[in-house]
Amino acid sequence: MSNVLTIRGLKVAAPNGNLLVDGIDLDLAPGEVLGLIGESGAGKSTIGLAAMGYGRGGCRIVGGTIDIGGTSLMEGNRATREKMRGARIAYVAQSAAAAFNPAIRIGEQIVEGALYHGKMNRQEAEAWKLELLKTLQLPNPETFGERYPHQVSGGQLQRAMVAMAMSCRPDIIVLDEPTTALDVTTQIEVLALLRSLIQRYNTSALYITHDLAVVAQIANRIMVMRHGKMVEEGTAEQVLEAPREDYTRMLVAERQGNLSGAVENPEIGDVLLEVSGVHAYYGKTPVLDDISCNLRRGETLAVVGESGSGKSTLARAIAGLLPTSAGMVSFDGRRLERSYKRRAKEELRRIQLVYQLPDVALNPRQTVGEIIGRPMKFYFGMHDVPKEKEVARLLDLIGLPQDFASRLPGALSGGQKQRVCIARALAAKPDLIICDEVTSALDPLVAEDILKLLKSLQQELGLSYLFITHDLGVVRRLADRTLVMQRGKIVEQGATADIFQPPFHPYTEELVTSVPELRRDWLDTVLAKRQQATA
Amino acid sequence: MTGKLKAIPISAWLGLTIVALNLLVFVFGPMLAPYGMNEIVGAPFDPPSANFWFGLDQNGRDMFSRLLAGAQMSIGVSLAASLISFSIGIPLGFVAALFGGWVDTVLSRVVDTVMCIPVLISALVVLQALGSSVPVLIFTIALLDSTRVFRLARVVAQGISVLEYAETARLRGESMGWLITREILPNALPPLIAEFGMRFCFTFLFVAGLSFLGLGIQPPFADWGGMVKDNQQAILYGLYAPLFPAAAIALLTIGVNLVVDWLLNSGNAVQGADR
Repeated sequence: MSNVLTIRGLKVAAPNGNLLVDGIDLDLAPGEVLGLIGESGAGKSTIGLAAMGYGRGGCRIVGGTIDIGGTSLMEGNRATREKMRGARIAYVAQSAAAAFNPAIRIGEQIVEGALYHGKMNRQEAEAWKLELLKTLQLPNPETFGERYPHQVSGGQLQRAMVAMAMSCRPDIIVLDEPTTALDVTTQIEVLALLRSLIQRYNTSALYITHDLAVVAQIANRIMVMRHGKMVEEGTAEQVLEAPREDYTRMLVAERQGNLSGAVENPEIGDVLLEVSGVHAYYGKTPVLDDISCNLRRGETLAVVGESGSGKSTLARAIAGLLPTSAGMVSFDGRRLERSYKRRAKEELRRIQLVYQLPDVALNPRQTVGEIIGRPMKFYFGMHDVPKEKEVARLLDLIGLPQDFASRLPGALSGGQKQRVCIARALAAKPDLIICDEVTSALDPLVAEDILKLLKSLQQELGLSYLFITHDLGVVRRLADRTLVMQRGKIVEQGATADIFQPPFHPYTEELVTSVPELRRDWLDTVLAKRQQATA
Repeated sequence: MTGKLKAIPISAWLGLTIVALNLLVFVFGPMLAPYGMNEIVGAPFDPPSANFWFGLDQNGRDMFSRLLAGAQMSIGVSLAASLISFSIGIPLGFVAALFGGWVDTVLSRVVDTVMCIPVLISALVVLQALGSSVPVLIFTIALLDSTRVFRLARVVAQGISVLEYAETARLRGESMGWLITREILPNALPPLIAEFGMRFCFTFLFVAGLSFLGLGIQPPFADWGGMVKDNQQAILYGLYAPLFPAAAIALLTIGVNLVVDWLLNSGNAVQGADR
């Protein structure tokens, strides 16, 4: 049987002439799922869009052929390509919220494609929509389409986008990180539904993701990409179990590393931070409900939970950015003011914050040297040569060359920016660093390096970390103790080893079992187990 | 450097040339003028000739000389008014954004109240009451314009102050002065510079408009808006005397706008690269 999608020697160039994708060959058989794996900037999304004859943000396809079921996209004119898009090949983006028009009902947006391409009449399209909504297990499929995008949850909207993409019964569906923006517990549902949908309608798919474990559950074949070039390609089993290239081996090892490695940290001192009975509200909505915990010197306390669980809010309450309405935060035996504005300079110095998005955490108009040097001058009155020396020492400590001091953040990569953020926190010589999802925006291998850096800094400087994250793999390797939160409340807390060992708290168990594992049969096993549990 | 120069589009070169030309005239205009500003050299509305390139005005004065001399007044008033309006609007806008609360409420409501009244009417009232002199003219326009600068500065500063780097500075315990000058201002500059060009053009047209109504720059000083007004009856006789000052106004406006467009685009490009 012939391929539904054949790409030969694809080259895509950025507006400045750099090649984002350099000579990629790709085949997709009917009903086959090809996983495209790689770090950000590897060119995987660019390939996904190029498969539809599309280049985003001024990028142009400068070479190669793209053939969908016998029709050449590159030779055809604009009208040919438009006829293909949506009808023969459809696209599912990472952010469903950005893909739906907020002012039009979901159902109308689902049938739009089929009607536009004249594939079905209104009645057929509505019937097909209902079938899709049922297949995707959306609540009340008969009336679901009457809702507006803001009236449904993120996971539901993501499924609705899949329905929208399927509206013309395309041969190929391009899935661009479709579950990355979702919580793990939601991700598993969407992943399972996606897989059954693809199988049921024998749709071919390009599945783009940075998460090997996710792609392991759904792809027949995997292509690993780096810097716009193919690293290796093979069946899912071969790539996961016997990777041929070093880069792939690193990716696989990193993902497996998440599942092992307990923490041993003997040098834990007296209580540094104590939170007792803290409540906080956004308007009238409670976001923190009776939170009590403590953190000792040299210890790492991880706060885990899904989005909306209040874990970042807790960090902001401790930092004094969100005034609490009841309860108390004490630091080193002294009670802290509720708002940072009323805290002493010395108190501010001893608690430092590192954020999730290093891009907006660094002033783009200050050099790295100015950014790191400022806390030294502000807190310790350091000037000129001693300050420069200290900046150089810190750059060395975080593993960046000393000439980076004169660079602007715009010239740094994501991981380098995050290192600078850490250096800025260290410059204040803090006792406690609050790390708010510090690795979430980074590629796996880069995140790995940042975690190692944090770990070694702790051993060297005796720092305490309050580690906010949704990534349980990170927690297991880094945290001495863990606090699990759900809807503003503490579900449980204790030593990390105990939390992640049976007997589990039911919510913790759901979280733990929802984290994709590299095993090919992981999804089936988990689903089967859950079915048993509910039966 | 040559690479950077090459990156400047033709439209921006055109704008830069026009602006540079106007600046030259602004500085050296009176010295370059072949005749005196108020020197009567012939009959009213004499057409252009080899001696008088742009012809003569309604009093028989040399139009070209008056254009060169008037540049100082017209451009000077607009530039001064724009500079003052930005010096008032930016600090107040930043303070309103960073303090928030009642400071923001009071400042914003005062600005809203001023903005409710059409600018031309406010200006007419003030100028009528205080009498039109150059300083009064400059300050009236500057105050009225500063409300718009305030609004822009406030919203830009609000956007920046919620970013993590500004939050980090606040959490460090930095003073308001540091926040404004080091964290907010450098990052707010691209939109503010663009706005400066726009406001300068509007001010220029506004001064011209006021002069046209007789409340702008008073005779015998030459200014471009006033020259359009004084020569308007020439249109009735099919003469194009007022078109010369009108063209000068139009040319400068277009030139500044071309430069602003370019700054706006390159400003965005810089921001884009940083994020």
